[in-house]
Amino acid sequence: MTALNRAGWRPEMNAAGGADDNVTFTGNRALMLEEPLIFEIGSTETTGVDFDEAASAGDLGGLARSAPIGLPGLSESETVRHYTRLSRQNYAIDLGLFPLGSCTMKHNPRLNEKVARMSGFADAHPLQPQETVQGAYAVIHELAEWLVTLTGMHSVAMSPKAGAHGELCGILCIKAALEARGEDRRVLLVPESAHGTNPATAAFAGFSVEDIPATSEGRVDLAALKARLGPDIAGVMITNPNTCGLFERDMKAISDAVHAVGGYVYCDGANFNAIVGRVRPGDLGVDAMHINLHKTFSTPHGGGGPGSGPVVLSEALAPFAPLPFVAKQAEGGFRLIEEESADEQHPQSFGRMTAFHGQMGMFTRALAYILSHGADGLKQVAEDAVLNANYLLRSLDDVLDAPFGASGPCMHEALFSDRGLAEGFSTLDIAKGLIDEGYHPMTVYFPLVVHGAMLVEPTETESKAVLDQFIGALRSIAMRAKNGDPALKSAPHFAPRARLDETGAARKPVLAWEG
Amino acid sequence: MRYLPLTPDDRSAMLATIGAASIDDLFADVPAEARLDGPIAGLPPHASELAVERHMGALARRNRAAGDGPFFLGAGAYRHHVPASVDHLIQRGEFLTAYTPYQPEIAQGTLQMLFEFQSQVARLLGTDVANASMYDGSTACWEAIVMARRITKRAKALLSTGVHPHYRSVARTMAKYTGDVLVDGDPALEAGTDWAALAAAIDKDTSCVVVQYPDILGRIDDMTALAEACQAAGALLIAVVTEPVALGLIKAPGEMGADIVVGEGQSLGVGLQFGGPYVGLFACKAKYVRQMPGRLCGETVDANGKRGFVLTLSTREQHIRREKATSNICTNSGLCALAFSIHMTLLGEAGLRRLAAINHDRAKMAAAELAKVPGVSVMNDSFFNEFTLLLPAAARPVVHTLAEKDILGGVSLGRLFPGNDALANGLVVAVTETVTEDDIAAFAAALKEVLA
Ligand SMILES: Cc1ncc(COP(=O)(O)O)c(C=O)c1O
Repeated sequence: MTALNRAGWRPEMNAAGGADDNVTFTGNRALMLEEPLIFEIGSTETTGVDFDEAASAGDLGGLARSAPIGLPGLSESETVRHYTRLSRQNYAIDLGLFPLGSCTMKHNPRLNEKVARMSGFADAHPLQPQETVQGAYAVIHELAEWLVTLTGMHSVAMSPKAGAHGELCGILCIKAALEARGEDRRVLLVPESAHGTNPATAAFAGFSVEDIPATSEGRVDLAALKARLGPDIAGVMITNPNTCGLFERDMKAISDAVHAVGGYVYCDGANFNAIVGRVRPGDLGVDAMHINLHKTFSTPHGGGGPGSGPVVLSEALAPFAPLPFVAKQAEGGFRLIEEESADEQHPQSFGRMTAFHGQMGMFTRALAYILSHGADGLKQVAEDAVLNANYLLRSLDDVLDAPFGASGPCMHEALFSDRGLAEGFSTLDIAKGLIDEGYHPMTVYFPLVVHGAMLVEPTETESKAVLDQFIGALRSIAMRAKNGDPALKSAPHFAPRARLDETGAARKPVLAWEG
Repeated sequence: MRYLPLTPDDRSAMLATIGAASIDDLFADVPAEARLDGPIAGLPPHASELAVERHMGALARRNRAAGDGPFFLGAGAYRHHVPASVDHLIQRGEFLTAYTPYQPEIAQGTLQMLFEFQSQVARLLGTDVANASMYDGSTACWEAIVMARRITKRAKALLSTGVHPHYRSVARTMAKYTGDVLVDGDPALEAGTDWAALAAAIDKDTSCVVVQYPDILGRIDDMTALAEACQAAGALLIAVVTEPVALGLIKAPGEMGADIVVGEGQSLGVGLQFGGPYVGLFACKAKYVRQMPGRLCGETVDANGKRGFVLTLSTREQHIRREKATSNICTNSGLCALAFSIHMTLLGEAGLRRLAAINHDRAKMAAAELAKVPGVSVMNDSFFNEFTLLLPAAARPVVHTLAEKDILGGVSLGRLFPGNDALANGLVVAVTETVTEDDIAAFAAALKEVLA
């Protein structure tokens, strides 16, 4: 716990101590409240839940737990206060612009939360008899139809649990398809600008990974890619729009070239928000693409998850899609195709990726979002997302280096580098400066192809007024970084914490309470 | 459209700043043949909040919610009462609408919560450390097998017959493509798991043995001897827990020597949600921490010496190590971990023990009542809140007939192990604190009628 200042606050401390000192008796600063760990305030005897009496142990195979567990409890009132206080130490999209590039932090509509909590969805068991959960299957089916139509693909696998899990799904489809052809191709080509999950997924599925070179424009180098293609290539993993915020103009030519040598095209669809309703990946020769429902379709990120990563598939890969899936019956109603019926219905499936059927709670939210927008609204989403990003790009590219600013308009995100900052000043300083201005920083140091990358994704749910204020703030910080303002090096000054010692944390990891 | 704040005037002004004549100019890099001009044909236009709510409500009503009547399903997903404050707290926008805590100065809420979660999970499972969550129990189980391969540099995993068939199916799928060797099989109704045979099967190629506790049929077995056998052979023992509430009453796998303990945390805070999102628990001995998958939150200090928390040991992870990462996981189950942690804080140790005792009591009562139904017997010597009945007929059609009587009476082994005739008459019945005495009586009466 933070040490108490027993003398209490005195006016001269403001001058002497600034914002960083522990100036009050409690360590609190009005609405900025310190909160101890549950292990420091709770006790193993306290409970915030009232229960009936229960008899003691019975048929437990002689394994009754006797030793203390060490789990502190709090009363309900203390629990509500503990977590409410903790919540206030977080930045969130509900508080302001969250321009984290590649993450699509858009407004999370509360209607989605409401429908996900309808008891027919939230209080249904995944193994209930099929006739008792037809509504749940109908949701999965209806969302699947939207995803297939919006992407112009053949079918969709709904069970993957997040983007990276979707990548795994697509890559396993490719592996199964190659196997069905009796071919053992080992190499997946992945651009250096790709998200870390792409090469990690390829390796997780047993492929080796080779880089695809990029042009100076920030796109895949088609000639270099073609030169590397051959009978050992299982396929490519291309992000489109890519992580530099650019549309891969040659996508169709890339697909054609890969198909010509018998490979498959995986598209990382994390950035689908830029093109939803305006471009169908199916028209570009894509064989598999995951869609992050927690990006494009507004399901909340929840401080790290959950997500949901359905994978749309081409006709060539559809036969290998995982189990289970929901099938519409000719006679009406829906049926779940599982391991049991797979032999007749879906004999080439690569198998199962998860228990049960995927992220139902995300499906209901995403469907509510999609129905709210409709085909017209989704097209507007892409247009406004792209408009907002270009507006930021062109309002900042005189003070921040935009390495691909000459490559044409950006898509949904604007990329800057640290070129031109004063000696000793870095992207990190700009990020921390933004915190003091009341913003969550952009994505930093990704993609790796740009030095000191700053990837800014405003999304379509921000107004012009919000963007104008952000532009003003970022311009002022950029100038401070260019002029070498030392106060920026120690930012943030007004956050619940100053910069944290990450090196120390990794050197001697403390990962659990040891009291 | 209610979520889009730009006005037509804003759009014109912004295009002017950019120097573009129209929005189409911004899509100039999209080849003309791939560009769509109007809204995609065949899809409906936008809808009001009222209209969407009406549509979704109609779909929801086509499901029989668990709480609508007697309900006895488990098999990897359990229905527990979740205190109202849990759902209220996880809907605070500062938790709900935050991202992964990449900027720790303004994410201490999420980070401290994760540190508390990791500590609670490690204590519950009886291990030194736990990570900040995986997608669910089944994917955590495969990740544990991969981790054991990394640690032992061997690639043969032995799965006990008591492991959930979906978890086995996930592992089998993955092993097919990674080259891992997997030895597994279905359980037997009449006999318990053959622990001696499992221990005897460990050889110099074995990376790990995976056991579930309580197992898919609800049985509880001591894994101490198996842990010793693993250790002697240089293999790891992985324990899978699909019902964490059980650990309020029975020994933790870590206490019995398990090296890695994974689990499904859905029972606490998360709810049934038709199978997801759930929360994968992943815990292990401290010496293996650098081989763990997923995010880890650690304690540190800030520049002013104040305690704070950060994501740490990220050189294991995909964004740093790329193809050499321990896993490809990025987004995990943060909000479900929060729900788990809040529920656990509300319970505390005393509450968890009490909750577990009530579950066990209620299950004993149900087992006794159901065993009175002519032709029905309880197959378990030991159980926590779930046990297996042997019926005098195939259980699958019985489940459907019971559903017609508005009783959701368990999961048939025919559904879990299709094609295995020896298990066809088995029915797995879960009984939590949400089940009333009346529910049990109604179930027993209906079962008697259906079997008559
Ligand atoms: C470009 C890109 N690809 C893949 C992913 C992985 O998605 P997820 O975090 O849902 O696993 C992300 C998100 O973090 C991403 O930005």
